[in-house]
Amino acid sequence: MKLTGGQIVCESLIKEGVDVVFGIPGGAILPLYQTMYYYPQIRHILTRHEEGASMAADGYARVTGKVGVCMATSGPGATNLVTGITTAQMDSVPMVAITGQVSRPAIGRDAFQETDVTGITLPVTKHNYLVMSASEIAEAIKEAFYIANTGRPGPVLVDIPKDVFTETAEFHYPDGVDLPGYKPVMDGHPAQIRRAAQLISEAKRPVILAGHGVIISRGYDDLLELAEKAQIPVITTLLGRSAFPDSHALFVGMPGMHGVAYASLAIDEADLVIGLGMRFDDRITGKISAFAPNAKVIHVDIDPAEIDKNVHADVPIVGDLGRVLKQLNQIVQPATHPEWLKRIDELRQDHPSLRIRETDKLLPQYVVRDLCEATEGSAIVVTGVGQHQMWAAQHYAHTEANSFITSGGLGSMGFEVPAAMGAQVGQPDRVVWSICGDGGFQMTMSELATIVENNIPVKFAIFNNGYLGMVRQWQEIFYQKDYFSTHYTGNPDFVKLADAFGIRGIRVSRREESIEAIREAMAHPGPVLVDFMVEDEENVYPMIPPGESTAELMEEPFARELR
Amino acid sequence: MTTQTSEHTIVALVHDKPGVLNRVASMFRRRGFNISSLAVGNSETNGFSRMTFVVDGDEATVDQITKQLYKLIDVVKVSDISEEDVVVRELALIKVRTTASTRPEILQLAEIFRSSVVDVSPDSVILEVTGDEDKVDSLIRILKPFGIREVMRTGRVGLMRGMTKSLAMDNGNRPGRGNGRSNGRA
Repeated sequence: MKLTGGQIVCESLIKEGVDVVFGIPGGAILPLYQTMYYYPQIRHILTRHEEGASMAADGYARVTGKVGVCMATSGPGATNLVTGITTAQMDSVPMVAITGQVSRPAIGRDAFQETDVTGITLPVTKHNYLVMSASEIAEAIKEAFYIANTGRPGPVLVDIPKDVFTETAEFHYPDGVDLPGYKPVMDGHPAQIRRAAQLISEAKRPVILAGHGVIISRGYDDLLELAEKAQIPVITTLLGRSAFPDSHALFVGMPGMHGVAYASLAIDEADLVIGLGMRFDDRITGKISAFAPNAKVIHVDIDPAEIDKNVHADVPIVGDLGRVLKQLNQIVQPATHPEWLKRIDELRQDHPSLRIRETDKLLPQYVVRDLCEATEGSAIVVTGVGQHQMWAAQHYAHTEANSFITSGGLGSMGFEVPAAMGAQVGQPDRVVWSICGDGGFQMTMSELATIVENNIPVKFAIFNNGYLGMVRQWQEIFYQKDYFSTHYTGNPDFVKLADAFGIRGIRVSRREESIEAIREAMAHPGPVLVDFMVEDEENVYPMIPPGESTAELMEEPFARELR
Repeated sequence: MTTQTSEHTIVALVHDKPGVLNRVASMFRRRGFNISSLAVGNSETNGFSRMTFVVDGDEATVDQITKQLYKLIDVVKVSDISEEDVVVRELALIKVRTTASTRPEILQLAEIFRSSVVDVSPDSVILEVTGDEDKVDSLIRILKPFGIREVMRTGRVGLMRGMTKSLAMDNGNRPGRGNGRSNGRA
């Protein structure tokens, strides 16, 4: 039987198990939307901005492991998706974006709302398609989902001209894909695994650097087994937060620019760094030549191009991290490193990076601690980008895996609102807290309307300091406090704003009100916004200036006094 | 891994699809890799083209280029043939200004370089020369005093000698199969 292109898209999405799509219709994609009207099994969440759609799809994908799907029309609709698509690309998040394109005869003529979307997204997608006939749609969507969620996950965009949605073709959904140029390596090379086990058994001061790959491959238990079996302390990257339990004796923390000092210093002293599903980002390494100067490096990643890209690997292993860890755990020798663990404890004592000074002021760090206490560490925490993101990464002690959702690679402010919405849609039974900066929140706060419309019970904690706080901190430290274009003097009243959206709003100005407000927000069944009027010129410490080593490590004045 | 820069010849087998050249060129541009020459044409298999790149870089850079090429879904196989036993050729068309008095000398030089005369007009000839880049460079240099009007060069193409190694499609030559480093030499 022949179906229209629009029907083929819907049937294909159903075959892929898609139950929710975030998007906004428009002229070029309208034939698809008018078809989706007859496919109620595909839930469509109408966002207020296409960036909200792509970032919601991202949040949904991160918490479920399924492919997040977003849709937009041609031209501005598609270009508005781009920041969300790029965020997903940088953080290896599986996503399929379907965009309408102007009709085939109009392509290349600068038609109304025409944009070269495959051209624009070429460097920020894992792959993309311009589908020029209805008979090619099913194969393109099959491949798109396959590519998005295998190997190193990423976004795939499928651009479909308006008249292809209305053209008819036979529908056969392919059982598999034929992609001779795409065959991700899943198992680690046995000889390399043996070499890794050998290096581990020889190491006196090993550390594990666990990244997003642990979460993507769901390799938490395998990581735990390796760490415990060989008694290796675990350091996690920003995107590796919640991949290893914070309460575990072997947990050290996050290193790098705003990581805890003792994690960065432990890497300095380590004789073996085991990088697991991470990419030695510059926020972790700082000055490459001074990174892990005494260590050999084992680097496991599913993406061969990450091996030797930033840091030379003595033992490179390409493969799915979960599988590689299982292989490694079979042969790695049990070991103990009591002196090394004692040394890390000393570093922890000497550099109490997470101690917060006693004051009556509403310090943002307190608020994160209160959030952690009130949720017993089990919430899904979604953040934006900047100071609040770093405080959340430092002070929220996770008890559940895959519970820290943040834009790490791209650093997209505004991510916190739509990504939290998508995360809550993907995990309706979990508590989702969106930790927002007042700057980022205002970039995407229009999605509050979507949240109300769909009764998505996200709790928002705005860390309101009236500044683009991280930029202000850089101005303070690197530009003699030349505060320029970082101070918001006309912020809206966020509680009234919440009211206008039909959301409960609570303002917290004093420290002692904080935890009660959080509990009140959680007791309320729907979405709640809490506006925390935090100390406005608080800095994130520790801090290693960009491109520097631990030699330039800056610690909080208070932490220095404790030493 | 040496940091010495040298010239590498990389051959990629790619899907013959719209936009594939753009994908490859975009990757080179975005990651700051320089292409000295690029030749594209059909391969022995229907639906697949072969691209020959000449790039300048140290071993680490060439390693990254190879891996980043592999990441493109439409790229099926990548080989760095710089250290292989290869035949490399380039074809050039050279239009030289001639007069009645210079023509015999130019034709004689053409013969020495085993190039053929593909067009003769009253005031110019077009020579076709095939060989490695050095040979093409030499001929151009020698013809320069006569006045070169136009030069069109194809860029380097190359194949490995014999049957033991091949640029054709297979599954045994992908990064990760060996030690995680790319290409057939790993």
